[in-house]
This record gives sequence, C-alpha cells and structure tokens, in this order.
Amino acid sequence: MNLYDYIFYLFALLTVVSALVVVTSKNIVHAAFSLMFTLFGISGLYVLLGADFIAVVQIIVYIGGILILLLFGVMLTNKITNVEIKTGTIKTIPMAIITGVFGALLISIMYGTKWSSAPPDNMPSTLQILGNTLLTEYVLIFELLGMLLLVALIGAASIARRGRE
Amino acid sequence: MYEILTDIIGNQIVAYVIAAALPLFVFILPFALVAVLAERKVSAFMQDRLGPMRTGPYGLLQTVADILKLIQKEDIVASDTDKKLFNLAPILVFAGSYAAFAAIPFTSAYIGSSADVGIFFIIAISSLVVAGILMAGWASNNKYSLLGSMRSVAQIISYEIPAALVILTMVMLTGTLSLSEMTEMQTQYFWNWNIFGGAETGIVKILLIPFMLVGFIIFYISSLAEVNRTPFDIPEAESELVAGYHTEYSGMKFAMFFLAEYANMFAVSAIVVALFFGGYHSPFGYLGNAIGIDWLIPVEQLFWFTVKGTFFVIVQMWLRWTLPRLRVDQLMNVCWKYLIPYAFVNLIIVGILTLL
Repeated sequence: MNLYDYIFYLFALLTVVSALVVVTSKNIVHAAFSLMFTLFGISGLYVLLGADFIAVVQIIVYIGGILILLLFGVMLTNKITNVEIKTGTIKTIPMAIITGVFGALLISIMYGTKWSSAPPDNMPSTLQILGNTLLTEYVLIFELLGMLLLVALIGAASIARRGRE
Repeated sequence: MYEILTDIIGNQIVAYVIAAALPLFVFILPFALVAVLAERKVSAFMQDRLGPMRTGPYGLLQTVADILKLIQKEDIVASDTDKKLFNLAPILVFAGSYAAFAAIPFTSAYIGSSADVGIFFIIAISSLVVAGILMAGWASNNKYSLLGSMRSVAQIISYEIPAALVILTMVMLTGTLSLSEMTEMQTQYFWNWNIFGGAETGIVKILLIPFMLVGFIIFYISSLAEVNRTPFDIPEAESELVAGYHTEYSGMKFAMFFLAEYANMFAVSAIVVALFFGGYHSPFGYLGNAIGIDWLIPVEQLFWFTVKGTFFVIVQMWLRWTLPRLRVDQLMNVCWKYLIPYAFVNLIIVGILTLL
C-alpha cells in the first residue's frame, strides 16, 4: 500500500462511519453534524479521483451552504420553539428489501465494470477544461441554470417578505 | 519542499506529516504568542496605558505565563452540555482555520499544496469554522452561546459574498485561482503589485488603480467581519452576550478558540497580501540576487511575507481599539446595501478594463 491507499481508506472510513451515525443516531443534531463528516469524506474521495474543483465545490455547496441551512433549521425548530423531533425506525421490511436489491445492483455493477485506474500523481487540473466546456459547449444550460437560481432567489425573498406584512 | 524532506527522512508519510505541521509550529504558535502580547500593548498605548509590564522585561513574557496558566486550568464541562459535540467543536474550528494555511504561499519554496484551486479552497474550507462555531454554540446549552454562534454564522456567511466577489475580480484580472501563481505575477517591484494595477501596462494600469483600491477596502472590511473582529464582533459582544459562543469553554479548549482566532487573523491578512500586495515578493529586488546567494531569496521572501501580514494584523488591532461595535441591523445593512452592490460594480468595471 502506498500513501494514497492510506489516504483513501482514511476518507472511506470517515465517510462510512459518519454515514452510519447519520442513519442510526436518535439525536437529530448529532445526525446533522455527522452528515458534515460524510460530505467532507466524499470531498476527499473526489480529490483522490482527480476532480479537485468538484471536491472544493462539494465543500462550499454542501457543507458551507446546505448543511449550515439544515442546522439552522433543526436548531430553530428544536431548541427555540420546543418542538421535539422524534427519530425512529419504521417500515423495516420494505426498506430491507429495497436496500438489498439496490445494494446487489451496485455490487454487480462494481464488479462488472472495467475500471480505468490511473495513479493519482500529477493529475492535470480540471479547472481550465471545466471552465472552457461550461462557457462554450454547455453555455445555454449554464445560463438557464443561472436564471433558475435567480428565480428561486427572488421567489424566496418575496415569500419571506409576504409573511412579515 | 516535500522532495527535500523525503530525502532527509526517507519515509514519505513522515515527510508529509512534518511538512503539514510546519506552519503550525514554525509560524502560527509563535505568531499567536507575539500577537496576543501585541494586542494588549496596542490597546494599552491607544488608551494611554503601559499594558502588561510585570512578567519579564517590559512584560514580554506575559503570554508565556498566560499559556502556562491556561494549561493548568481545570477543564470544566458543564453537566447539561452535549459532551461529544462540546469536545469536538474547538478542534473543528481550529482545523478549519488551520486548513486555510495549506493554500497560502509563505515563500516560493514552501506552500502546503500547490493545487490550482488555491483561493477557492480557502473560501470553501472556512465553512468548517462556521460549522464548528455552530457546534460550540449548540453544545454549550447556553442561550448566550447559541445566540452568539447564530450571529457569528449569519455574519460570516453574509460577508463571504462581498469577499468572494472581490476574489472573483482578482481571479478575472490574473486568470488564476492559485495564490502562488498570483504572487508570481506581482514580482520584481512594488508597482507590479495588484493594488497598483498588477502586471498590466499603459493606460489600463493607471485606470485599474482606483478600482483595485475599492476592491481592497471591500475585501478588508469583509475579512474583518469573517474573523469576528471589531467593529464586527457582535458574536462575542461582551456587554450583551458574556463571551458569545465560547462562554462555556475553559482551559485548553478556550485556548484552541483563541488560537484559531489569531490564526484566522493572520490567514485573512495573508490573503490580502497575496491578492493585492505582492504576496511574498520584496517591494524592491532581493539581496540574495545582488550578492548571488540563491538560498537567501526564500528566507527574504518569508521575511517580507511576515512583515506585510503582520502589518495588516496590526491594522486590525488598531481598528479594534478605535471603532465602536456595530448593531446587528447596521451590520447587515453595510453588507447587503453597500458592500455587495459596490463589489458587483467593481467586478464589472474591472472585467471591462481587463478586456481593453
């Protein structure tokens, strides 16, 4: 095993263990915080796959954005308005069947695919390529997504204002 | 750097660990030692006092004594706190602020990671600090802590927007996200620094200067808010919230928050220096070049980087003891009604100028 293997197993362990805590924890704040470690571990795996830009985007969007929003939501509803959020296990048998089928599918794909593996040393940066593709080939989709986000932003602001008046 | 260390030690993993721990032991800890004392001395001089004078000559050993005291303090964990998160939070906050140092070029010979995403990584990883502060505030089970951490998080994520817009402006100007490449573009003399129009030539360079200045001011103000320094220190406003999110912490855990704050202060100053003030480059040639000693150049670069970074830290302290604290609504007004529109206009103008 070389250095990258150790790093891979470190991040994989972090991802899997924290994901287990997310699903098993009874305390919703603990679940939310350990989701952060899951997302962080996945970002580390992206780096090992040579997707440096995606890894940073993963941190900035999921940890810096979505997770913080989620925590705000959980904290404001749980501690301040005194609403107890209960977590528990329901519908065990159908879930077991679905996860079993899905897991079997994943494993069969994992063993069926011929993976191209390259050593992670000196991977080229994806930054320039990504930027060029986004603004040439996929420029229409890129602009449309921008419009969509703008509409969502204006919508959120207008809903928030309407409630206050 | 890694290659040299690997050659000396022989084991790749140990070499990486040592290289990763270098900024902490060579830089942040000594810096925090000096900066804490400097802050007390600066505040004392501004208020016409002497500051700490008893420990050591001229009070120079005061911080050492403080640290010895902090180590001996009892580690108090109140009974109703969420113990796991309470213990994890200071580590997370410090890890977040330390991780930012990975992409900061100290000299041309040492940078933690020369990955192309550089400054983008720094913006992203600071969200760990945000999560850590939220964790500390929540786990303390104390209304002052929770309010302080909520304020802090709201403030940090609001002020990230103008800061990111200014960074985007600089990225557009230089065409790279890597701070070391950005620094290399501002080489040789101080008129090549980005604040003086960077590596552009002719009329564009002169036209750029006022907009660079505006960008610098916006970035500096928002970086003050991001590290919770006065006039933006409402998260730990002593008169309202005791000490904000670290009210319940004592001993070394409190020291971790303190260390993270000082590491953050230097980190944002270092980013300001790398973006606008030529990074580790000397404002006028190198002595190493003049007398032909190659290894002297990185040492000189480290010297210049430290001097410039420390200068901006001193300015932060100066502001702290000069300006009163903002109210919450004023804080949000400054960000959303002034800084963000100005940053957008600045972005567009600089964009047009770079195309010229």
